[in-house]
Amino acid sequence: MNKPVLPKDLQTDPDGPLYVAQKKIYPQSVSGTFRRIKWYLMAICLGIYYFLPFVRWNRGIGAPDQAVLIDLPNSRFYFFFIELWPQEIYYFTGLLIVAAITLFLMNSLGGRVWCGYLCPQTVWTDVFYAVERLIEGDRRERMKKAAEGLTLQRGAELVLKHSIWILIAWWTGGAWVLYFADAPTLVKELVTFQAPMIAYIWIGILTSTTYLLAGFMREQVCVYMCPWPRIQAALTDEWALNVTYKYDRGEQRTSLKKAEQARAQGEKVGDCIDCNQCVAVCPTGIDIRDGSQLDCIQCGLCIDACDTVMKKIGRETRLIGYDNDINIHRRMEGKPEVFRMVRPRTVVYSALIVGVGAIMLYALMTRSLLDVNVLHDRNPLAVRLSDGSVRNAYTMRLLNKRAFDRVVAIDVEGPAGAQVQVVGVDQITPERPTIVLGRDQTTELRVLVTSSPDAQLAPSTPVKFHITDIGLGEVASTSDNFVTP
Amino acid sequence: MAEHDKHGTFDEVTGKHTTGHEWDGIEELNTPLPRWWVLTFYACIIWSFAYWAVYPAWPLVQSYTTGWFNYSSRADVAVELAKLEAIRGDKMAALATAPLADIEKDPGMLAMARARGKAVFGDNCAACHGTGAAGSKGFPNLNDDDWLWGGTLEQIEQTIKYGARSGHAEAHEGQMLAFGQSGTLNKDEIVTVANYVRSLSGLSTRPGVDVAAGGKIFAENCTVCHGDEAKGNPDLGAPNLTDRIWLYGSDEATIIETVTNGRAGVMPAWIDRLDPGTIKAMAVYVHSLGGGK
Ligand code: SF4
Ligand code: SF4
Repeated sequence: MNKPVLPKDLQTDPDGPLYVAQKKIYPQSVSGTFRRIKWYLMAICLGIYYFLPFVRWNRGIGAPDQAVLIDLPNSRFYFFFIELWPQEIYYFTGLLIVAAITLFLMNSLGGRVWCGYLCPQTVWTDVFYAVERLIEGDRRERMKKAAEGLTLQRGAELVLKHSIWILIAWWTGGAWVLYFADAPTLVKELVTFQAPMIAYIWIGILTSTTYLLAGFMREQVCVYMCPWPRIQAALTDEWALNVTYKYDRGEQRTSLKKAEQARAQGEKVGDCIDCNQCVAVCPTGIDIRDGSQLDCIQCGLCIDACDTVMKKIGRETRLIGYDNDINIHRRMEGKPEVFRMVRPRTVVYSALIVGVGAIMLYALMTRSLLDVNVLHDRNPLAVRLSDGSVRNAYTMRLLNKRAFDRVVAIDVEGPAGAQVQVVGVDQITPERPTIVLGRDQTTELRVLVTSSPDAQLAPSTPVKFHITDIGLGEVASTSDNFVTP
Repeated sequence: MAEHDKHGTFDEVTGKHTTGHEWDGIEELNTPLPRWWVLTFYACIIWSFAYWAVYPAWPLVQSYTTGWFNYSSRADVAVELAKLEAIRGDKMAALATAPLADIEKDPGMLAMARARGKAVFGDNCAACHGTGAAGSKGFPNLNDDDWLWGGTLEQIEQTIKYGARSGHAEAHEGQMLAFGQSGTLNKDEIVTVANYVRSLSGLSTRPGVDVAAGGKIFAENCTVCHGDEAKGNPDLGAPNLTDRIWLYGSDEATIIETVTNGRAGVMPAWIDRLDPGTIKAMAVYVHSLGGGK
């Protein structure tokens, strides 16, 4: 089979330094299908990120009306109609599982879709490159200007570019903090310098990371810092579609003129004219014709670049495209291409996503908005009173997850004849302690259960606690034991 | 095939040289690290020098280098605690002035008092009464409904403030006399009265002991403090002898020991160590443990 031919500059000098300077990359602008997809996705991702905090959602009086809010002081997370308490952190666990498996699924279908189109590193780097291009011009101009050194005009351009970058970075940090407080209020506080220090600190941190990572580190993040390229290499398989140079069709690379001569003599030549357009547009500065590699974030821009060239010279497009080794080999053997999207791994991943998602949804829909936990006193476990009766004490925690106050009654089924008393509560609707639970909060009570003096007690008797919302009829129950000293 | 030189091998597939390091026939490709990486590494080293200068870092013979800003984590804690006190300020002030009964009726103040009381109890009282206030021999269980010095909120507060036999001028006084040691009662009389005391709460008596005679001895010596019906007297800290709760133990030997040598457990006075709000919080906490009257 044909081996991809390696360019000379990949060969490292054996006496070379231990450390190398970052290779400056000047990606050329390009247009085409994948570029368009990337623009749309960028607009959607950034639009959501920057504007979501301003979306309002009515939750009733007294409750925050921000659609997405992480309320750290009160330990609540709001997402549209969902309100989560810290003890419901498992929904996030579920979400993370679904997110991870979705990444796996994307990977086994279309390679590094995440890296190429959705990763914040890619999206912001793309924005920063767009600004750079707008101000300094396209690849050739930028290279020329960089080589020429500093002139007054170039200085002005650089100042302008970095100012815009910092502005974007600052807006990025600013949007971040808006997720943690009421957005319109915080914006007002921020501009009048009344916001809490921590908000400014976070804006500062995120401004500098955005500026640094998208303006300077760029592809270095993907090549040296991010774990995902390594993980994805372990996740991919021979059927996954990755951005691939179809060397079966491209080799031998021959310039247009030579190709004509060779064709005239009846020799077979490849479709690649070695114009290096795919290399020029690549944001990580690599040559996809060297084969699938760690540095390739699979953004698809080289596909657009190559397609443009192929159209111009009247050859079939997709010399570079989403493809895999299996098809390259099949074509070389003259067999038809096959694409297998349905494979055991994609089926398993999909099933897991649907399964975990369904479980979470079910749990979310059926979760109780009234909850009770009971903790038996450990020390002492039981108390003998002066008349010989036995008392057990419990710490009862009641959770009212509704946005309004409610009145609940406490019923205890314990040893026969036992008395129930709630410390600090003496409103009794026939025999049942009743208590008001504040909206959206936890109430802790001390519940005392006392047996009758002459009761014949087993060492341990089960006790059930029922909490009934007197208005809505909602019931929450839990159980524990009643023990003797 | 691969051509060897002093630096290792030229690898045709990648077009790179290897480092020359070889393990079981596998050679490592020479992939230089980016320069920013090594610069970051140096920056971290410089950063660590900055740490030495800014923070306390080096132990000296008698002291340590304090750093530029005299930073100390202990001072940080003090600042944080002061902030906490400031936050609690109003509520604690309210606790200090509110009547005890009102604290128990107000859910907010009750929660505050219980939380505060529990913490303070753990720091100050748990050594004798146990972390859960379950007590032990000689140290009363505060969860039950039997109180030597009274179990109302006010009485509990009083006891915490001044203690019992604590030496404070307003402390509870009164003690179980050493009837045996002082020669007031002889051994036989002590055994007899001990069995009588057991009979008061329905416990078995030793065969052959004249319980009725014990009753006579009791009436002559003990009712002054424990009362005619032996129900005790909270003004003197004399326990109720007819109930099921025993501070030192209900077996005959222990009662004989008590009558022979007397008892005078000490509860310290807290008024000089804790502020009034905290003492109130503790009284409410102890009262709410379950046995309060
Ligand atoms: S390699 Fe990492 S940082 Fe780069 S695009 Fe992929 S996920 Fe993002
Ligand atoms: S090789 Fe192509 S797909 Fe990969 S990063 Fe470069 S331009 Fe994007």
